[in-house]
Amino acid sequence: MNLHIDDHQEGNYGMLKLSGEIDAYTAPQLKEKLLTLVEEKESVEVDLTKVSYMDSTGLGVFISALKLSKEKDHNFKLINLQENVYRLFNITGLNEVINIENTIKGGLS
Amino acid sequence: MKQAFDFVEMKLPAKSEFVGVLRLTISGVANRMGFSYEEIEDLKVATSEAITNAVNHAYYEEGTGEVTIGFGLYEDRLEVMVADRGGSFDLKEVKEQIGPYDEKESIEDMREGGFGLFLIDALMDKVEINNNHGVIVLMTKFLYENEVGQNDDQISTTQ
Repeated sequence: MNLHIDDHQEGNYGMLKLSGEIDAYTAPQLKEKLLTLVEEKESVEVDLTKVSYMDSTGLGVFISALKLSKEKDHNFKLINLQENVYRLFNITGLNEVINIENTIKGGLS
Repeated sequence: MKQAFDFVEMKLPAKSEFVGVLRLTISGVANRMGFSYEEIEDLKVATSEAITNAVNHAYYEEGTGEVTIGFGLYEDRLEVMVADRGGSFDLKEVKEQIGPYDEKESIEDMREGGFGLFLIDALMDKVEINNNHGVIVLMTKFLYENEVGQNDDQISTTQ
């Protein structure tokens, strides 16, 4: 029920690798790290391969990051979403505005 | 008509670290009832959204209250009730805010919250909100017998 955040940075590129669950408890620490990275780096990717659960608090964090990236004219992208996580972006229509690459069919074993 | 019924009730502190505890509980209850993997994921999100709302109310009112969660287990459905006795919110205002993202909205106007109730509505079969004394969210998910049947658990014999 925790979220582990791995941070990789190289020049103007930043990547967060997340593993665990994104909910009301873990979203604040994610928001802080992600917004700092989007502020500083021209291109930011968030790898959700190992995120097994997410709810609307996670959607809120990614909307904030998207807004900031537009403001700064930076790139922001989500990659490798498990099916149940991608589903929430689909239901809410956010998949139309957030750059999402690769979804993992059937989740991870 | 007689109907089998079990009721489980739990009280949790209105703190965000307990949202995950509720998810584990609903997984267990729904799994026992025979819901599918996808349906259990829906139930986890919907109940987390409801308790997150309750936790946020408690936070804004600086209360250290608790949230009461009730599970009604019927033969054909699971009813989940999430009640926070704290203050009430303006239901009309909340209803106006919910809905999917509209492509015509500009990104600057996008809301960062407010998807919670929309997701509950999208993921559950029936949702009722009572706002008279605190906030009570009552949501129902029906148990449709899937074609493989409940006794079709794959038991591996290779060990």
